[in-house]
Amino acid sequence: MNTGAQTIRTGVRDWADRTVTFLAIAATVIVIAPLLAIFAYLLFKGAASLNLDFFTKIPLPPGESGGGMANAILGSGILLGIASVIGVPIGIGSGIFLAEFGRGTRLANAVRFTADVLNGVPSIVMGVATYALVVSPHIKWLPFVGHFSAMAGGIALGIMMIPTITRTTEEMLLMVPNAVREAALGLGVPNWRSVLSITVRTASPGIITGCMLAFARVAGETAPLIFTAFGNNFWSTNLNEPIEALPLQIWVYATGPYEEWHRLAWAGSLVLIVLIVFAVSLVRFVTSRGVLKGNS
Amino acid sequence: MLLCALSIFGIVVLIASELVLRSDLAWKAFGIHFFFNAETDSYTHLPLYWDPVNGHFSALPFVYGTLVSSFLALLLAVPLAVGVAIFLTEMCPRALRGILAFLTELLAAIPSIIYGFWALAVLTPLMREYVNPLLVKYLGWSGFFADDNPTGLGFTSAAIILAIMILPIISSLTREVMVAVPHSQREAVLALGATRWEMIRMGVLRNARIGIVGAIILGLGRALGETMAVEMVIGNTPEIHRSLLANGTSMAAVIASEYAEAVSDLHRSALTEIGLALFVVTIIVNALARVLVWAVTRGTPARLA
Repeated sequence: MNTGAQTIRTGVRDWADRTVTFLAIAATVIVIAPLLAIFAYLLFKGAASLNLDFFTKIPLPPGESGGGMANAILGSGILLGIASVIGVPIGIGSGIFLAEFGRGTRLANAVRFTADVLNGVPSIVMGVATYALVVSPHIKWLPFVGHFSAMAGGIALGIMMIPTITRTTEEMLLMVPNAVREAALGLGVPNWRSVLSITVRTASPGIITGCMLAFARVAGETAPLIFTAFGNNFWSTNLNEPIEALPLQIWVYATGPYEEWHRLAWAGSLVLIVLIVFAVSLVRFVTSRGVLKGNS
Repeated sequence: MLLCALSIFGIVVLIASELVLRSDLAWKAFGIHFFFNAETDSYTHLPLYWDPVNGHFSALPFVYGTLVSSFLALLLAVPLAVGVAIFLTEMCPRALRGILAFLTELLAAIPSIIYGFWALAVLTPLMREYVNPLLVKYLGWSGFFADDNPTGLGFTSAAIILAIMILPIISSLTREVMVAVPHSQREAVLALGATRWEMIRMGVLRNARIGIVGAIILGLGRALGETMAVEMVIGNTPEIHRSLLANGTSMAAVIASEYAEAVSDLHRSALTEIGLALFVVTIIVNALARVLVWAVTRGTPARLA
């Protein structure tokens, strides 16, 4: 029944369909290939450079070989500790508010929107704001204020953790089935109690992994630390003093001229990557395995 | 809980007010001309944009660098990201989909500093040895690819690493928007005898286009504020060149490289004002993008981005 024109038309349509299929697959390959290359290169370079000294020694003077980033790892730990103390309670609190107490209200929508927007604020701007807030004012009676310090770096990172934790906490709580809430309320439990002891507890694996994810993300942040934590070539645990952080050290070493520095920077990058892979896999595991739905 | 939630507003207000307060000095000195000023030296007739030691402050080269690198990155990333999203939602076998989605998630979480380091170690030598000579040879006539930068750094390298960095976010959001298109739309178009591409074009892309634009704008927001990777490969020279292979700098990069060692209060204030501009622009861009994405995905259950 096909006329010639129809056959040609069908041919053109088939051809377009096949071309687009090919293009989509090609795009995926083009995207995935270099990304895998980055990953493989990192693993290869990092694994070749990592040794025990990296975790136990502090940096040597420029040009000498050996040394490690132990002080940077300790510093990153301290900075992330401060950040978590600030970011985790506020983040979880607002997440609970969004999912439970304020669900559907205009205020909750505004908070959610603000958190999303805050999430998109460049980290360098966070650094500038923290500098203006903590590092530059000279107030004698306030501790930690007026100079570069571990505290300033921790505050910058803590603020950056808040939106991520807020949103993941909310999403994890929304995954808890309503039947669980209804069961609690049906037993005559007041709402606040049901939220804290039932819903939050059910979602707690998810909330914890959300915090891990935020933790891993800020662990790699460099920009907000440059002029808050500032960096330090020696051991330091004083919150009042400048402190080294792993990404800061990687930055200095990666842009420096020495082969030995590059080696250490690759090792540092690998440590960061391992932390991130771990956190992302954990989140994926918790959200996909139905842990939150009580199937575990 | 309410207090925690309100503190998020507080943080945004605090950031904004601090930035405004600290950039006051530069604002009083230069006003809005700060962003457009282009003085020329009276002897050499060369432009004098940014020379903090001698008191020349103009953010023009930074604005230019940020815009050029970000839009170039979008140009590279958007077609690929949409292609990937189409493949993942409409064509991909289920088993592969999970792996690819996981990989994208992972790539979105890799720190900027590591992308920058990789770009410095692998990408810039590659550009210097192979890509740049080709660009100069075949596209040099356009004037956008001049053969005067032997380093491999510059706008093109920065744009490529930026594109790699914003790809995961654009493609995962595009995918989310496409998934939100109801199946009945696809079935209706298929029932009329459409091929798969016609179904994607008429049934999916047309319904999701607003959300896709939102995803692209969100990618733009990321690109505008991206700091470390760009700082490492863009070359950090406050100049404006027509050539895309030339060294330049961006708003975020100049803050990262100069803020800690600012030579004067005015210098620091000027850098803060650049930060404020970045803050305002990214807030507007992000808000716009969220509204657009939300307009399409609302009604579908919340998912991890």
